[in-house]
Amino acid sequence: MKFFYHFGKYLLMMRDMLTRPENLHMYWKELLRQMNGIGVGSLIIIGVISLFVGAVTALQFAYQMGSTFFPDYLIGYIVRDTMIIELAPTLSGLVLAGKVGSNMASELGTMRISEQIDALEIMGVNPNGYLIMPKIIAAIFIVPPLIVLAALLGIYGGYWAAENYGISPANYQKGLLYLFDPFNVVIMTVKSVIFAFLIASVACYQGFYVKGGALDIGRASTRAVVYGSILVIFFDYIVALVLT
Amino acid sequence: MIEVKDLKKSFEDKAILKGITTSFEAGKTNLIIGTSGSGKTVFVKCLVGLLTPTSGTITYDGIEFTALSQREKKDIRTKIGMLFQGSALFDSMTVEENVMFPLNMFSKMTAKEKMDRVNFCLERVNLVGANKKYPAEISGGMMKRVGIARAIVLNPKYLFCDEPNSGLDPKTALVIDELLGDITHEYNMTTIINTHDMNSVMGMGEKIVFLHQGYKEWEGTRHQLLESDNETLYDFIFASDFLKELRKGAGQSIKLSK
Repeated sequence: MKFFYHFGKYLLMMRDMLTRPENLHMYWKELLRQMNGIGVGSLIIIGVISLFVGAVTALQFAYQMGSTFFPDYLIGYIVRDTMIIELAPTLSGLVLAGKVGSNMASELGTMRISEQIDALEIMGVNPNGYLIMPKIIAAIFIVPPLIVLAALLGIYGGYWAAENYGISPANYQKGLLYLFDPFNVVIMTVKSVIFAFLIASVACYQGFYVKGGALDIGRASTRAVVYGSILVIFFDYIVALVLT
Repeated sequence: MIEVKDLKKSFEDKAILKGITTSFEAGKTNLIIGTSGSGKTVFVKCLVGLLTPTSGTITYDGIEFTALSQREKKDIRTKIGMLFQGSALFDSMTVEENVMFPLNMFSKMTAKEKMDRVNFCLERVNLVGANKKYPAEISGGMMKRVGIARAIVLNPKYLFCDEPNSGLDPKTALVIDELLGDITHEYNMTTIINTHDMNSVMGMGEKIVFLHQGYKEWEGTRHQLLESDNETLYDFIFASDFLKELRKGAGQSIKLSK
C-alpha cells in the first residue's frame, strides 16, 4: 500500500512540474546551473572510475586468455562492447545515483526544511517547475554525454593497460573495430537517458517532501541513493531484455 | 484588508484551528500572539495558502482566496510578501540576487531599474554594502533585513512575518520591529506578524489577536491588552514571576503611553 501511496505522490509531483514557467529566462538560468553542477561536477569521478574499469577489464580478460588460443585482439573487442553496453552506462549510473542523487535530495531537503520552497510558493513561483524540472531536464541532457565519455575513457584505459601487459596497440585497435554493431551505442544511449531520468526524479521526490530536520535530510539523501541505484540496476535488466 | 470567517484546520483527526473569525486592516501592524502550539503558524500558513483550511473563508480585499484555484491564487500571491522565521534566503544566491529574485521572475523592468529597486530596498532596511555577500556570510539580523527587503521589493499589499524576532538580540529585534512598523505605515500595507515576543506586542501591536488552543481567545489593541480581565491572556502576558511581581508592585496599573 505504501508503495502505491508514494508512487501516486511521485506522479503528482511530476504532473505539477509541467506548468508554464513564470519566466523562461530564470528557468533557463537554473537549467544551466544544474547542467554545470551535474556535468562539470561529475567529470572527474566518472573519468577516473571509467579509465580504471576499462583498464581492469582489459587486464583480467588478458589474464584469463593467457593459456588459451584466443587471439589478442579480442581484448579490444571485449573491452569495447562491455564498456559500451554495460559498464559505462550502469557503473556511471550507479556513481551518479550516489553523487548527483544525494546532492539533489539534500539540496531540496535543505530548501524544504529552511522554508525556501515555501518562500517560492508564496512569491507565486511553482516550486515543482522551478526546482525539479530543470534538474530532470539537465540530467537527461548531460548524463548521456557523460556516459559516452565514460565509454571512451574506459576503452582508452583498456588500451593503456593492454599495452602495458604486452599486447600490441595494433592488435587492440583491430579488436576495437572487430564486429562493431552501432546498435550497441543506441542501447547505451537509451540506458543513459532512462537512468538520468530515474536518478534525478527519484532524488527530487525524496528531497522535495522531506519533513523534520537535519537527520531527515540525511535519511532522504540515503534513500535517494539506495532507490536510485536499485532502479538503475532494475531498468538495466529491463532495457537489456527489451533491446537485446 | 483581510477577513477571516470561521476558519478551521485539522490534521487527520487533530483539530488545530477551531473556528477563527477576525479581520486585519490595511496600514496597521496586526499581531497574532499565543503560546507555542496555539495554532499561530498554522493560521498564518492558511492565510497565505501554504495550507488548505478544512473549512471557513479567507477574503483578500473582497476576493475569496479560499475559493480560488492554484493558478488564480498566484495573482494574489504576487501581492504578498513574507518574512520567514529563518529568513528562507536562497543559499546559492547573493544578497543582491535574493532581493532581485522576485523582480527577475515577475517584473518587466530593465536591468538598471531592477538594480535601482534592489539598492533602494536594501537601503530602506539599512543594509548597504552587503550586495555581493552570501547568506552564510551575514548575521541573523542582517538575514532578517534581507528577508524584509526581498518581501517588499515588489511593493506588496500584504506583508506576513513569521516570528521576525526569533533568535535576535533585543536591540536588533527592536530595529526589525521599527522597520516593519515604518514600512507598514509608509506603504499602507496589511501587515500580519506572528510573534510571542512581548516587546513587539507592546511596541507595535495596533491590532492583536490572541490564539489559545486553536480558538481566538481575545482581540484588541495593545492599549486594551493590559486592561483586559481575560485570565488566559493575563497568564500569557505575565508568564514570568518577575513580571507578575512587577505588576503587583505597580498596583495592577501598568499602562502604555499613547
